[in-house]
Amino acid sequence: MSSKRPRSILPGFGLSLGFTVAYLGVIVIFPLIMVFFNASGLGWSGFWQTLATPRVLSACRLSFGLALLAGLLNGIFGLMIAWVLTRYRFPGRRFLDASVDLPFAMPTAVAGIALTALYAPNGWLGSLAKPYGIKIAFAPAGILIALVFIGLPFVVRTLQPVLEDFEIAQEEAAASLGATRWQTFRRVVFPQIVPALITGTTLAFARAVGEYGSVVFIAGNMPGKTEILPLLIITKLEQFDYPGATALAAMMLLISFALLLLINFLQRKSLGKNRA
Amino acid sequence: MSATARPSQDSLWTRLLLIGGTVGFLTLFLFVPLALVFTEALRKGLQVYAEAITEENALSAIKLTLTVTAISVPLNAVFGVAAAWAIAKFSFKGKSLLLALIDLPFAVSPVVSGLVYVLLFGARGLFGPWLDEHNIQIIFAVPGMVLATVFVTFPFVARELIPLMQSQGNDEEYAALSLGASGWQTFRKVTLPNIKWALFYGIILCNARAMGEFGAVSVVSGHIRGETNTLPLHVEVLYNEYNSAAAFACASILSLLGLLTLALKTFIEWRAGLRRRHS
Repeated sequence: MSSKRPRSILPGFGLSLGFTVAYLGVIVIFPLIMVFFNASGLGWSGFWQTLATPRVLSACRLSFGLALLAGLLNGIFGLMIAWVLTRYRFPGRRFLDASVDLPFAMPTAVAGIALTALYAPNGWLGSLAKPYGIKIAFAPAGILIALVFIGLPFVVRTLQPVLEDFEIAQEEAAASLGATRWQTFRRVVFPQIVPALITGTTLAFARAVGEYGSVVFIAGNMPGKTEILPLLIITKLEQFDYPGATALAAMMLLISFALLLLINFLQRKSLGKNRA
Repeated sequence: MSATARPSQDSLWTRLLLIGGTVGFLTLFLFVPLALVFTEALRKGLQVYAEAITEENALSAIKLTLTVTAISVPLNAVFGVAAAWAIAKFSFKGKSLLLALIDLPFAVSPVVSGLVYVLLFGARGLFGPWLDEHNIQIIFAVPGMVLATVFVTFPFVARELIPLMQSQGNDEEYAALSLGASGWQTFRKVTLPNIKWALFYGIILCNARAMGEFGAVSVVSGHIRGETNTLPLHVEVLYNEYNSAAAFACASILSLLGLLTLALKTFIEWRAGLRRRHS
């Protein structure tokens, strides 16, 4: 503490900060650092050799590709839902609003088996698609559905406050200058909610990349076809391939940290814009 | 809503279309799967349902879930209060870094959250040989499951309390201190009543995730039936054995817990005006 700053007379600074840092260090920071320490033991060539196998690469393609697609779908439908929940008044709105958090509140394994039973070839919805030769569960389509489910609240909850704080006067000004409703949305509203939309989509994407519980049941888990990255880590652990699991985990951690930085950057940007 | 639309209002058709789309999407993705859980759970009748949730392995799974939660949630609640006290009431260097690090566990895949402890405490981990020598088991045992649960639920309480306490400032605490209250009295009688709803809110979210966590716990559990299976893991075992009725019966308990969480969460938002205030 510099002497220039006024000292707080409140007690407990040392105790609370000390406990916070110690607990954070023991539970989170030290274990995460150990992943990178273990991975560095492989050396760069070992690291790349572990990752550059066809099985890992196809799991990467599947996980990142579907997570991206799920993020985009969540962006579109999340925008619609956030718009409806903030702009319209209709019976049942509060109920729908509360239910958006269901994917956060439901254990992922429950969502996983429910979606699997629903979209399996003999399930309520799977049996509807079966006559057309469409396989949903145990195929990439099923993984996508699980990822959309798990990512939905992120976009809605990020957009809602921004849409609520939006000044209606701006829209009225646009309308009074002769803009159609669609032009007003596209030219006035949309540009201002883009940062929040991207933040929500990125959050949904980040969650989808690492998601395990809701996906593992519906995925089918065929190596090279429907095997996602988190499952591959578990498979490697079960085969006692610790270096392989560590290398994968280190890669996923680096990607999550990069996404976290991006999200922080976007949030600061969107906050600055709203204040201006 | 008047007959002539205000300029900031969408046309009736747009409204109907978007509301219909929202109801349809939420029904398809949320309500149908939820309904399916209860339908499948009760499909073979109440008797089978009752047997599935009172069977020995199910009961021990429930007990283990409650044990793990009863340890991890208070730990993270105490941490949340301490972190919020330090961050909101004092200014110090590195505060924004500390804030970012507290949120870190949310960015980590659940599977990796479990894996980090296997690398530390597993048989081939850093402390593995030492633990083995002293006959202490962490991985494939309750301590590992507690650690993994603490990791994935780490930020919940802290991230509810920090913004609230920051916005409340220190004035009330200063007043209490100047009137002669001790630090502890100030915290208990002034700070705690001010943050109780946010604290409760954070604890509820933390609790829901702790009871429902699957990926992280799965990595460290070892899946020993009747010993290291929590309720979500028990659901997986039953489901993979094609015992669908029992799997969904246990899943229905977890779903009820999720619904209860949502109800409490909505109640607190309404009661305390937390979060989003609807105009």
